[in-house]
Amino acid sequence: MEGDPMRYPMRYREAVIEKTLVIVALSAIAVLGLIILFIFKEGSPIMARIGVIRFIAGAKWAPSRGVFGILPMIWGSIWVTLGALIIGVPLGLACAIFLAEMAPARASAILKPAVELLAGIPSVVYGFIGLVVLVPFIRRWFGGPGFSVLAAAIVLGIMILPTIISISFDAFKAVPVAYRDGMLALGATRWQAIRMVILPAARPGIVAAVILGMGRAVGETMAVIMVAGNATKIPSSILAPVRTLTSNIALEMGYAAGEHREALFATGIVLFVVIALLNLTARLFATGGRVAR
Amino acid sequence: MRRVSSTFSRITLQAAPRVARFLFIIFIIGLALAALGGCGLRRGRPDVGGAHQSITLAGSTSVQPFAELLADEFMKSHPGIIVNVQGGGSSAGARAALTGVAQIGMLSRELEGEEKSLHRIVIARDAIAIVVHPSNPIDDLSVAQIRAIFAGEITNWSQVGGPHREIHVVSREEGSGTRGSFDEMIMGSAEVTPGAVVQDSNGAVRETVAGDPSAIGYLSLGLVDKRVKGVRISGVAPTVANVERGAYGIVRPFLFATRGRPGEAAQEFIDFALSRAGQRLLAAEGLVPVARD
Repeated sequence: MEGDPMRYPMRYREAVIEKTLVIVALSAIAVLGLIILFIFKEGSPIMARIGVIRFIAGAKWAPSRGVFGILPMIWGSIWVTLGALIIGVPLGLACAIFLAEMAPARASAILKPAVELLAGIPSVVYGFIGLVVLVPFIRRWFGGPGFSVLAAAIVLGIMILPTIISISFDAFKAVPVAYRDGMLALGATRWQAIRMVILPAARPGIVAAVILGMGRAVGETMAVIMVAGNATKIPSSILAPVRTLTSNIALEMGYAAGEHREALFATGIVLFVVIALLNLTARLFATGGRVAR
Repeated sequence: MRRVSSTFSRITLQAAPRVARFLFIIFIIGLALAALGGCGLRRGRPDVGGAHQSITLAGSTSVQPFAELLADEFMKSHPGIIVNVQGGGSSAGARAALTGVAQIGMLSRELEGEEKSLHRIVIARDAIAIVVHPSNPIDDLSVAQIRAIFAGEITNWSQVGGPHREIHVVSREEGSGTRGSFDEMIMGSAEVTPGAVVQDSNGAVRETVAGDPSAIGYLSLGLVDKRVKGVRISGVAPTVANVERGAYGIVRPFLFATRGRPGEAAQEFIDFALSRAGQRLLAAEGLVPVARD
């Protein structure tokens, strides 16, 4: 009733604001598009020249000699990420189950923000702690130079905890209360209820949490450079130094010119494809979950 | 009448902030466009800083700490000029000078390829020291031994007369000036083993070697301190005196590079670096002054 006399100006304003927002939203996509375009424009010529297979499967990286093979870095990323998941996933899931199903309200009021705070710590801080605490520890007690797959995996395992905890926590919370109550009413213990009903029902969410954590681990750079040792060799053990795809770009970008620079952009392409695939998978699982519910 | 006027005033009161917000958004967009337009105009115009002129140095992380020292002293005596010193590495320094991002590029190696078009000023010479942990009994190595160690042919300290302990080789990333000089002066056609731990600065190499009794690395002589031990090379200790005598052979130039003739402020800074005061400052920090009297 009140809006009646001003219907026209309201509509007008709304339309303008709506269009402005559309433009802003599109510009975000445009930025993404430009980045993709730029990476591919800079990186694809050398991939074409060397050959995609030789670039990806080449085991030797010696830019000053014009040899560009990123297989050691691909393996590096795989090992480090796998290690981070082995450490981060059980810890993160256990923590999320506790928070969602068992923790008294007071404990979860403290723990939840604490976990979120963990996500806010800059990666260079994780890296620094890894460098001064973890690397000497590994060198002293396990041998090797200390800079290793193990050090990077532990640091990353801790760094992906917040991602895994908060997403799987939401997945647990989204399981209808009636499921759990029904289970308990049937005489199941709390652990049986969690294991037989809640975990399976939350599975898509858990998978999404793991994949997003994986994405974080693959993409992390600074902390990894500081503790991984950055050797351009496929690691022979978890105590050997290793270089990941992201470290390769960050380490040499400042120096690189010509072909070397192109090769780093090509590394970026590989990284981009890997992360895009991971996100796509996560999205598939996440929507799959919603449909099932 | 009264009712109409009150409705009217309510409308304007409600609408005012919205209109203001809308205008504000337009204003911001306008600003952004203006800034975009301005970018094109500003490029290439010389620095007109009014009372304060500023010069930017960028490049080698080996030269950086010394340039910072020079800059501090220089700014004391030239209050009207602000000197910014940035890292990035030799190649980035040359590129910054070529593109005009920095007035002076800093390099810890000779100019190569298209960099040769830059104006080259040697401000000092620097030796590269081969360093080991202070507890390591080895204190003399031949160039051939060093080459074999870094190439990964000698992998145990016992092979060069030390304790039975695996050697942890610490190197620098491809493109680094220190790495370039090391490759050229020590490695020749041999390659640094891909299994080497790669650190991205002189400081990081020093920290790594200082913390690992099995490590060997190389870094700028000016940055060697008590926490690491510089080994003698075929009997010649890495000292400034030995470099000046020409006895210690692993020496490289520290360069300032400018595109064409440097600007007035930049020239003053270069003159200061080459002056007796500037050279004494560099010599006190362990660099070898360029003979110039």
